[in-house]
Amino acid sequence: MSAKRTKSPARELLFGDLWEFDPAPESANPYIDPRYGLFINGKFGAPKSRKYFDSINPGNEEKLTEIALAGEADVNAAYEAAAAAFTPWSKLPGAERGKYLYRIARLLQDRSREFAVAETIDGGKPIKESRDFDLPMAAAHFFYHAGWADKLDYVTPGRTLAPLGVVGQVIPWNFPLLMLAWKIAPALATGNTVVLKPAETTSITALKFATILRDAGLPPGVVNIVTGAGETGKAVVTHPLAAKVAFTGSTAVGKWIQHAIAGSGKKLTLELGGKAANIVFDDAPLDQAVEGIVNGIFFNQGHVCCAGSRLLVQESIADAVVSKLKIRLRSLRVGDPLDKNTDIGAINSKQQLEKIQGLVESGVSEGAELYQPSCSLPKKGFYFPPTLFSEVSQSHRIANEEIFGPVLSIMTFRTPSEAIEKANNTPYGLSAGIWSDKGSRVLKMASELRAGVVWANTFNKFDPTSPFGGFKESGFGREGGKQGLLEYSNLI
Amino acid sequence: MPSRNLSAIRRLLDEVGPVDPTGIEERVAKYGTRSVKKAAKVFGLNLAVSMVDLTTLEGKDTPGKVASLCQKALHPHQGLDCPTTAAVCVYPAMVKHAAKIVKGTEVKIASVATAFPSGQAPLKTRLAEVKAAVADGADEIDMVINRGAFLAGELSLVQDEIASVLEACGAATLKVILETSELETYDNIRAASFLAMQVLRPGDFIKTSTGKTSANATLGNNQVMLEAIRDFYLSTGTEIAMKPAGGIRTAKQALTFLIAVKETLGDAWLNNQRYRFGASGLLNDLLRQLVKEKTGCYQAPYHFSESASSY
Repeated sequence: MSAKRTKSPARELLFGDLWEFDPAPESANPYIDPRYGLFINGKFGAPKSRKYFDSINPGNEEKLTEIALAGEADVNAAYEAAAAAFTPWSKLPGAERGKYLYRIARLLQDRSREFAVAETIDGGKPIKESRDFDLPMAAAHFFYHAGWADKLDYVTPGRTLAPLGVVGQVIPWNFPLLMLAWKIAPALATGNTVVLKPAETTSITALKFATILRDAGLPPGVVNIVTGAGETGKAVVTHPLAAKVAFTGSTAVGKWIQHAIAGSGKKLTLELGGKAANIVFDDAPLDQAVEGIVNGIFFNQGHVCCAGSRLLVQESIADAVVSKLKIRLRSLRVGDPLDKNTDIGAINSKQQLEKIQGLVESGVSEGAELYQPSCSLPKKGFYFPPTLFSEVSQSHRIANEEIFGPVLSIMTFRTPSEAIEKANNTPYGLSAGIWSDKGSRVLKMASELRAGVVWANTFNKFDPTSPFGGFKESGFGREGGKQGLLEYSNLI
Repeated sequence: MPSRNLSAIRRLLDEVGPVDPTGIEERVAKYGTRSVKKAAKVFGLNLAVSMVDLTTLEGKDTPGKVASLCQKALHPHQGLDCPTTAAVCVYPAMVKHAAKIVKGTEVKIASVATAFPSGQAPLKTRLAEVKAAVADGADEIDMVINRGAFLAGELSLVQDEIASVLEACGAATLKVILETSELETYDNIRAASFLAMQVLRPGDFIKTSTGKTSANATLGNNQVMLEAIRDFYLSTGTEIAMKPAGGIRTAKQALTFLIAVKETLGDAWLNNQRYRFGASGLLNDLLRQLVKEKTGCYQAPYHFSESASSY
């Protein structure tokens, strides 16, 4: 009779092949060039380094295109173009800058199908996520900041915002286009010019975005896109012309950047790793909590810095939650990222796949209990099944290190204060989730969790108006909202 | 006036757990993004046809109208190799007319009884209606719960009445209509589902609505009830069936509801013993899509029999 607390005996639900879906691949043409140069001063050009690297589709390991490897001279050219463009761009009336941003937002919407396919084959995320999340959110960020461009006098009473100059931006591979939008939109709205480096595994949508800038008629040099790996990134963040550096990526690299530019006078924002706690109380709506847990950790294959990778569940309902989770996992579809029915796509790179495999092995060898639903993975490409670890304790590696993959570590707690203590017992502090039917408890928990974002009875919700950023080793500075504008300006 | 005993609902909710409306609606929105093509689509459409309780519930129903409906249930469309519908659903007075045509076929006779749709008649009257319908040949009885008693907190009265109707049904299958729009909250729908399931037999149904109020079956209330059925099955082993009714008019909607079944209860519920659609206009849209899958062309509505909006 009690659905919630009774352990289920041998009764099983059958998730078989009675009604198997036919393949439903998204067929729009992503229009990917065979080779991409660097986008500097409004034009694509060959790199002075004369080097190119391959970009592959992690879903099938096939080569997609060749991308220019920017050397120091190329990065320098990009900074010089951005510096030359800064004065006219920053002197434009805000309303005029806003028009460009609106135009970019609308062009992104117009070409969203094409961009969604490009994002999916370049990064491995399921097409339904690039179509329903990445593209609409990227456009929303440009629309939102377009609105701010002529209202900078009203951000803070009696003061106004002055641009910083040229900003150097380095973005990660998990949300390539969306992170570009998070970085470029506020920088342009406040009158800065940009040198941006996308991640080496996922540069395609940034380079396609350059064609949108061209179509929007953005003045040359306002946005420059240089591609490459760590060395290029190093040149971007340490360049003397950079008035500000904005970085999203790993904590290790973030620390290195902070060290490297210390004393240079550059402004810095870092959005780094996370190991978010998703806390489920015994009065929570369990099925919706399970849905939130799944969304929290399996969204984008778990390649999300604010992923709810630690599940803290009240001991009295732990069995019920875990058994519901296991049932839910059985109807998740893992496979071809381009298939419209795929829930979990490809891991972004071989390197990342190996990292996930290594951490999962450590979980098993340290004694945590592994559960993976049976699912057939494609033979080519980088795939990892959704994974649950129960019987995890605080001292396990999988409870501490950011896995950045579809792997959930489940721990239990007995009281709210124990939940707080465990949730905060991490060097990270990017996000957290609370599941409870009791409003007062949610508010109390939210004020005690050391995390930049706290979601209540939901997870992984984003909005351009809502500032996003971390505590502790998850970084500093905020992106989005009014707070995000202040990171790209001086208050005068 | 009965005393308001809200704590009874509260206690039941404590036992079965609450539902978060935002979360459930977010969950069901994902069903609509599933892309069902080709053979999977044809399978889904045929499955949906086989699950339809083809319904006419109007004051102007006549033996002739019912006869016509029964023929449609038996032969949904000429030239299409599709199953019959699961049942025809009529008022008790029409059961004997339907029986003349469908008795002995695969099509069952379902009848709404218990002073449908309000249920506001003395229990004795309601039970007599059920018995009369069964005596006339009804294989299935669609009853309404006493929503007034439920909202007043008299949960045992609600449950006792369901048990009495069940007894009056004899061998007939019982479908318990919760009338979700009058219960209003997902919490209430979940609680009422358990209340009904606790007295039902395996294979009996819980059903969303009468189709006679402003809001009928939605993916949200369907999901709440499917999850209740799943939780009840996993804790008791009793397999309860489900019937959304009213408001499902298009094939696309029907497929989305079936995806909810596939992903919540699994394959064992993907048949007309375990899942039904209470609908009328839906059937022709399913047929239209099946013809389209077969020939590649959409046919005009007048190519489908009984396409008048009245049925």
